[in-house]
Amino acid sequence: MLTRDNRDPAAGARLLLSLLAIALLWPGIHFSELDLSVLLAGDSQSEIGRFVSAFWPPAHGEEFLELLVQATLQTLAIATAGLALALLLAVPASLLASRALSLSAASRAGRPSPWAQLLRWPVRGLLIFLRSVPEIVWALLFVRAVGLGPTAGVLAIAITYSGMLGKVYAEIFESVDQRPAHALLQAGSGRLAAFAYGILPNVAAELLSYTVYRWECAIRASVVMGFVGAGGLGQQMDLSLRMFASGEVASLLLTFLVLVLLADQLSRLLRWRLA
Amino acid sequence: MTLHLSGVSLTHSNGVHALRGLDLHIGANEQVAIIGPSGAGKSSLLNLLATALRPSSGELQVLGERAWQLSARQRQRLRARIGLVHQAPPLPPRQRVVTAVLAGKIGQWGLGKSLLNLVHPLDIPGARAALTRLDLSDKLFTQCQQLSGGQLQRVGIARVLYQAPEVLLADEPVSAMDPVLAEHTLSVLCRHAREHNVTLVASLHAVELALAHFSRIIGLRDGQILFDLPASQVDRDLLDKLYANEQLQVSPVAPPPLSVQIPRC
Repeated sequence: MLTRDNRDPAAGARLLLSLLAIALLWPGIHFSELDLSVLLAGDSQSEIGRFVSAFWPPAHGEEFLELLVQATLQTLAIATAGLALALLLAVPASLLASRALSLSAASRAGRPSPWAQLLRWPVRGLLIFLRSVPEIVWALLFVRAVGLGPTAGVLAIAITYSGMLGKVYAEIFESVDQRPAHALLQAGSGRLAAFAYGILPNVAAELLSYTVYRWECAIRASVVMGFVGAGGLGQQMDLSLRMFASGEVASLLLTFLVLVLLADQLSRLLRWRLA
Repeated sequence: MTLHLSGVSLTHSNGVHALRGLDLHIGANEQVAIIGPSGAGKSSLLNLLATALRPSSGELQVLGERAWQLSARQRQRLRARIGLVHQAPPLPPRQRVVTAVLAGKIGQWGLGKSLLNLVHPLDIPGARAALTRLDLSDKLFTQCQQLSGGQLQRVGIARVLYQAPEVLLADEPVSAMDPVLAEHTLSVLCRHAREHNVTLVASLHAVELALAHFSRIIGLRDGQILFDLPASQVDRDLLDKLYANEQLQVSPVAPPPLSVQIPRC
């Protein structure tokens, strides 16, 4: 029996939350019809084996390599252009949606006035709308509108990723110590200046690493969108798969690996420079 | 009248009554020390005077303006004329000292100049001059995270000196410094206030420092003013009453005689 002195007042709530999490997880497994035993069945194993064994050697003909380089450059261009367009919308939207620039929060112990809180909702709503539709759906839409090719992929990435970047940027701004910015606001500085001097130094590394990670995701997304005709490595992958050219598929997968590896190294380099 | 409080009360959002019905007038060029036990409301009072907190009731006038009747833009302009030294200066760990000091003037600069200054410090001599007065000029290009608590406090003071406000408020400005440095830093603040006709209000937990440097002493206890007297009239009895604590049985220890050697600067 626990006495009053050594009982943790938070224990009850924590236990309840754990039980709730389990109760929510179980139907999730049930409804997604997850059944791992399928993987171990004989004929599916041999099917996977046959498919994978044809990967060696990866295709390395000169003509194919030229095609591969072209497609890789196109994929990188789609991802970069899409992300750059997304940033144009995400940066102002995140500044509007975040409490970090609130003048009223500075003199109300970090809580903005209800009125200011209300004004942030339309921006949050816009960001939710932008990221709620998957980029592949936007891509299908834009392929109809602007025709086959990379333009559809760029637009699709720009729209979805501005929603994601805006939301996460706003949360990163709020997650760091707000006192430096509040102190500056209380000394009469403008909002943007207070943000640049009080918040930006603390969030720069995290912003950068998240942006590079999103760029990496954009590369993957542009590959997926290639399947619906938005150009780049994905379109090449689609063609190779259709022709059962397993060696070419292997080369393409290796290219993905190298791209992600490079993105990872870039992120590390930039973080190291900022730290 | 530079600072003018009438019937000001402050209740924090957690329901704590920090200040109750304060009446206080501080004239131009006065140098005032606020003393009192911890939790008496010294920080709340200074934040209130800096227009960083809004009084729950009563009226606050700073530099002849009713701070909370102004529009947000006008209030920001008023705030640029008030400097507040924080007890633990809120500085981003990776910011360089020179940027942290120059940030004192971003209330007076436009956005373009502020952003340019972030990329390339525009007034290195100015920042160096402010830091030199506090014996810290060798740290001009170090990051704030590499400084000790006392050094950070001096960076905070250098920022306010660089800001050159008309009202200088200081919340325990020397709490993390050794006695010699505390003595020196306070005299720098007081001299700056005298030379530039600045109104200076500082809260201090070291009574002897307050009595030595300030002409007017305000004793704050439980959010109310217990006494408001010239330094010469503050005696042992008053201080005992100010710091009296029913729950702590303190054996009185005589403060060691202060032999101060002030570094030249």
